[in-house]
Amino acid sequence: MTSTGPVDTDVAIIGAGPAGLAAAIALREAGVAGVTVLEREAVAGGIPRHCHHTGYGIRDLHRFMSGPRYAQRYVARATAAGARVLTSTMVTGWTADGGMWLTSPTGRRELHASAVLLATGARERPRTARMVPGDRGAGVFTTGQLQQSVYLFGQPVGTRALVVGAEHVSYSAVMTLRHAGVDVVGMVTDRPHHQSYAAFALATRVALRVPLHTDTRVVEVQGRPRVTGVVVEDIRTGHRRTIACDTVVFTGDWIPDHELARARGLVMDPGTLGPAVDADAATEIDGLFAAGNVCHPVETADVAALSGRAAGHAIAGWLADRRRAARRAGVPIEVDESFAWVHPQRASTTADLPRNKIILRPRVFASSAPVRVMQADRCLWEGQVRHLVPTRPASIPTGWLARVDPAGTPVRIESATRGTHQ
Amino acid sequence: MTFAVPPATDAEPYDVAVIGAGVVGCAVARELSIRGARTVLIEARSDIGDATSKANTAILHTGFDAKPGTLESRLVARGYTLLSAYAARAGIPVEVPGALLIAWDQEQLDELPVLAARAEANGYRRTRQIGADELYAREPHLGPGALGALEVPDEGIICPWTTSLAFATEAVRHGAALRLESPVTGVSIGDDVTVVETATGPVATRLVVNAAGLGSDLVHAMVGLEGFTITPRRGELIVFDKLARTMVNHVLLPVPTKMGKGVLVAPTVYGNIMLGPTSENLDDRTATGSSEDGLAFLRSHGRRIMPDLLAEEATTIYAGLRAASEHDDYQISVHPQLRYACAGGIRSTGLTSSLAIAEYLAESMTEALGLSLKPMVHPDADPQPPRMPNIGEATLRPYADAARVAADPAYGEIVCFCERTTLGEIRDALHSDVPPRTVEGLRRRTRATMGRCQGFFCGAKIRQLLTAPDSSTMAPTARNNEGTK
Ligand SMILES: Cc1cc2nc3c(=O)[nH]c(=O)nc-3n(C[C@H](O)[C@H](O)[C@H](O)COP(=O)(O)OP(=O)(O)OC[C@H]3O[C@@H](n4cnc5c(N)ncnc54)[C@H](O)[C@@H]3O)c2cc1C
Ligand SMILES: Cc1cc2nc3c(=O)[nH]c(=O)nc-3n(C[C@H](O)[C@H](O)[C@H](O)COP(=O)(O)OP(=O)(O)OC[C@H]3O[C@@H](n4cnc5c(N)ncnc54)[C@H](O)[C@@H]3O)c2cc1C
Repeated sequence: MTSTGPVDTDVAIIGAGPAGLAAAIALREAGVAGVTVLEREAVAGGIPRHCHHTGYGIRDLHRFMSGPRYAQRYVARATAAGARVLTSTMVTGWTADGGMWLTSPTGRRELHASAVLLATGARERPRTARMVPGDRGAGVFTTGQLQQSVYLFGQPVGTRALVVGAEHVSYSAVMTLRHAGVDVVGMVTDRPHHQSYAAFALATRVALRVPLHTDTRVVEVQGRPRVTGVVVEDIRTGHRRTIACDTVVFTGDWIPDHELARARGLVMDPGTLGPAVDADAATEIDGLFAAGNVCHPVETADVAALSGRAAGHAIAGWLADRRRAARRAGVPIEVDESFAWVHPQRASTTADLPRNKIILRPRVFASSAPVRVMQADRCLWEGQVRHLVPTRPASIPTGWLARVDPAGTPVRIESATRGTHQ
Repeated sequence: MTFAVPPATDAEPYDVAVIGAGVVGCAVARELSIRGARTVLIEARSDIGDATSKANTAILHTGFDAKPGTLESRLVARGYTLLSAYAARAGIPVEVPGALLIAWDQEQLDELPVLAARAEANGYRRTRQIGADELYAREPHLGPGALGALEVPDEGIICPWTTSLAFATEAVRHGAALRLESPVTGVSIGDDVTVVETATGPVATRLVVNAAGLGSDLVHAMVGLEGFTITPRRGELIVFDKLARTMVNHVLLPVPTKMGKGVLVAPTVYGNIMLGPTSENLDDRTATGSSEDGLAFLRSHGRRIMPDLLAEEATTIYAGLRAASEHDDYQISVHPQLRYACAGGIRSTGLTSSLAIAEYLAESMTEALGLSLKPMVHPDADPQPPRMPNIGEATLRPYADAARVAADPAYGEIVCFCERTTLGEIRDALHSDVPPRTVEGLRRRTRATMGRCQGFFCGAKIRQLLTAPDSSTMAPTARNNEGTK
C-alpha cells in the first residue's frame, strides 16, 4: 500500500506529460473514479509543450502533429475523461505514511492516494554533470532550455552554435537553432555514427551543411563571459582542435527524473537509472507504479504515452483486485553486454501480458543481430532483431513472458552480435 | 528600491573608500558604515561577492590548524565567534556537523597528536582522537583503509553568498554607497583628499581601504607601496547531487600539507556534497575555469575517500582562486601618511575571518589614521542586522512553509524545481537593497538554476523573470517581503 490512512483520491499521477496523461485517460476509461494528475509546470503536457517541430503522435494517436498540439490534445482528452489535472503543483517529497507533500500557490498540503504512478520524465545531462571542464562562459544550453528560450520566450540565443550529440534530440536542437537564426557550425558525437534516422542525418549534413564529427569528444569549453570555442578530440588519433562558436548545446545523454523514486526508497536499475518495474509498471513497493521516460530514458512521446496507457490499465486492475496482485515478486530480467538496459526489468507471474514490447537499449550498432532470451539453460525466445543503434530502442515481443518459471533463476537477454562497439 | 548609485563625483569626499566588494570589503564597509563613517564600496564586477568569495569550500573554520602566532590564526578564531553569532541573527545558513581529520597511513596517524597540539596552541581545546571503529561507525560510506581521525566538533559550514550579501545589505542600509562595475585604475593621494580613479569616474575620499583580493597587490602598488605579490592559487571543486547528501555526516578533512588544506569531502548548506579543492599556482588572475587534470585528480582522490560518492551525478564543477602571496600570513597593514589601509592576500580563510578583519581594521584605522568611529554597540543590543532570505536546507524554506504560502501564494509557486526556489523569493531578490543584475547573481541569492538540471527546466523562465519581470506578479508585497523591509 502506498498510503496507510484514508485517501483523498484513488490514483495520484505525478507528472502530466504524455505518460501521465495517457495513464489518467486509461484509468478513467476503466471506470476509476478519483484520478488526480499533479504537474509542477504552470501548463500541463510535459516536454512536447516546447517541441515546436512535427513528429508527434504516430504510434499512439496515429497522426503526425507538432509537440504543442500533441500536448494540448492529451490535456484536453484527460480533462474530458474526468481526470483532475492540477498544474503549478509540485510533489516535493513523501510523508511518513506514504502520502505526498504538495506545494502550489493554493497551499502546502498532503495528498494521500491508494495508488501512485510516477511519470516524472527525464532530462538531458547538462555540461556540468558530464564534467566538461573549462570556462563558465554564457552560451551553454541543453536542448530543453534552448527550446524554451526560443519557442516559449523568444529570447536571443547566439550566432554560431556547436551541437554536442547526434541522437534524435540533437537534430531537434539543430532545427531549433536554425529557427532562431543561429548558424550551426557542427555536431559532434563520441560514437562512430549518428544515432538518428538516416533521412534526418542526411538532410542535416547535405541540405543544411552541418558537418557531423564522429568519434569525437568534447574536452573543454572556452571563453568568458561568453563562450568563444569548444576544444574537441578525435578519439582515434588523440588530435585536438578548437571549434569556434559562441553557443554550445549539450543534447541527449538522458537521466531520469528519479528524485521522488529514490526518496521513496526504490532501488534504481543500474542501466536506466530509473525505477525497476515489471510489465505492469509495478515497482517493488505495492501500489507504487512508474511509467514513461522515468523508466526508459528516453523513448519518443508516443512510446511514453503507450507506456502510460498500459500502466493505467494495470493500475485499474490492481485497484479492482488488490489481493491477487499483492503477492508478486517477479523474476529479474537481465541483459548481456550488448545492451545497456532492458525495460521492464522484472517478469511477474500475475502480470497480464503487456500490450507494449520489451524495450532494449543496444550498446552497439548492427543492422541485424540474433537475440536469445534464456532462463538458465532454457531458451524462452529466439529471433533476429534489426537496426541496433545505441540511444535508440530495439524491441522484442512479449509472448515468452508466459513461459518464465516464476521459481526459476533470472531471465537473461543475450546477443552474439558483432556490431561496432562503443 | 533603496539601492542608489552615487553621483560620479561627489561634492563632499567620503570618509572611506573601500576597494573590492568581496566578503572582506563588504565586512569592512559594514563595520565602518554602522560606526558612522561615510563609506563607499567600489567594485569592479557587476555584483558583490562575485570573485573568490563566491567560489570556495564554505567551511566556517575554528582555526584549529592555523599557524600559531600569526595574525591569520588570531583573526580566524575571532572571526569564527563573530560570524557564528552574526549568522544566527541575520539568518545566514550555517550548520555545524564538525570535522573529522582522517589519517590514511601511519605517518598521518602520527601527525594527529601534532595537530591536536597545534590546535591547543591556537586556543582550540576540543579536539579528540578517535579510532577506526568509531570513524567507520560515524561515516559508514568512507572508503576502506582509514586508521583513525582527529575530531574537531565545532567546524561548520556556511552559505558564502548570503554572508557577503548580508554585510553589503547592512552597509547599504547604514548609508554606504555601492558602486559596481567600477574597476579602480589609479589612486592619487592629495593633502586631505584622495581621488580614486574608476572606470565610472573619480571618487573623492579621505581614507582608502584595499580589499581587492586577487588585485590587492596591484592596488597596493597604485598607492606607491610594494611588499607582496599575489599568486593566484586555483582550487577546483566538484559538487555532487543532493541525493548523495545522506552519505556524509561530517566535514571530512585530510591531513594538511605544505600546499594547503588538501582535498576534503563536505556537505554544503544547500544539501549537496562537495569534493575538493585542488591547489595549483597559476599566472592568470582570471583563470577561474576548471581543468581536465584537476577533475581527474579530484576523482581519483574522491574514489579513495568515498567510492560511493563517485557513483552519484555531479551537479556542478567550479574553481576559485586563492589570493596567495609570498608571505605566510594575511597582508594587513595601515599607512598613516598615505591615509591608506590594506587587507590583501586573504587567501584561504577569509570567509571565516571577514568580520574579525573588519573589526581589527576599524581599530587600527581609529588609532593610526585618526578615523573617528562610534563604538560598535554590544552585539545583542545593536540594531538588528538584516534578516536574510533563507536558502539553506537546515531551516524551513519558503516552499515548505505552509503559513507563508497561505499568506502569499507567490511562495507556493515553485519556479526552479531542482532547488525549489519560488516566485516569491525571486521577486524579493529583485526588489532587495542589493539586487542582482545577472542570472548568476540571482542564483546566488535564491539558488534558482544551481541544481541538478542546470536550467533544463527553468533556465529560460528565470532569464525572462530577470530581464522582463511582469509587474503584476513580481511587485513587492510589503507583508511578506521580510528580506527587504
Ligand atoms: C528536445 C526534445 C525533442 C523531442 N522530440 C520528439 C519528437 O519529435 N517526437 C517524439 O515522439 N518525442 C520527442 N521527444 C521525446 C518526448 O518529448 C518524450 O518522450 C515525452 O515527453 C516523455 O513523456 P513523459 O510523460 O514520460 O515525460 P515528460 O514529458 O518529461 O513529462 C514529465 C512531467 O512530469 C512533471 N514532473 C516531474 N516531477 C514532478 C514532480 N515532482 N511534481 C509534479 N510534476 C512533476 C514534469 O514537469 C513534466 O511535465 C523530444 C524530447 C525532447 C527533450
Ligand atoms: C578554493 C578555495 C577554498 C576556500 N575555502 C574557504 C573556506 O572553506 N573557508 C574560508 O573561510 N575561506 C575559504 N577560502 C578563502 C576565502 O574564499 C577568501 O579568503 C575570501 O573570499 C577572500 O575575500 P576577499 O574579499 O579578500 O577577496 P575577493 O572575494 O576576491 O574580493 C575582492 C574583490 O575586489 C575586486 N577588485 C579587485 N581589484 C579591483 C579593482 N582594481 N577595482 C575594483 N575592484 C577590484 C574583485 O572584483 C573582488 O570582487 C577559500 C578560497 C578558495 C579559493
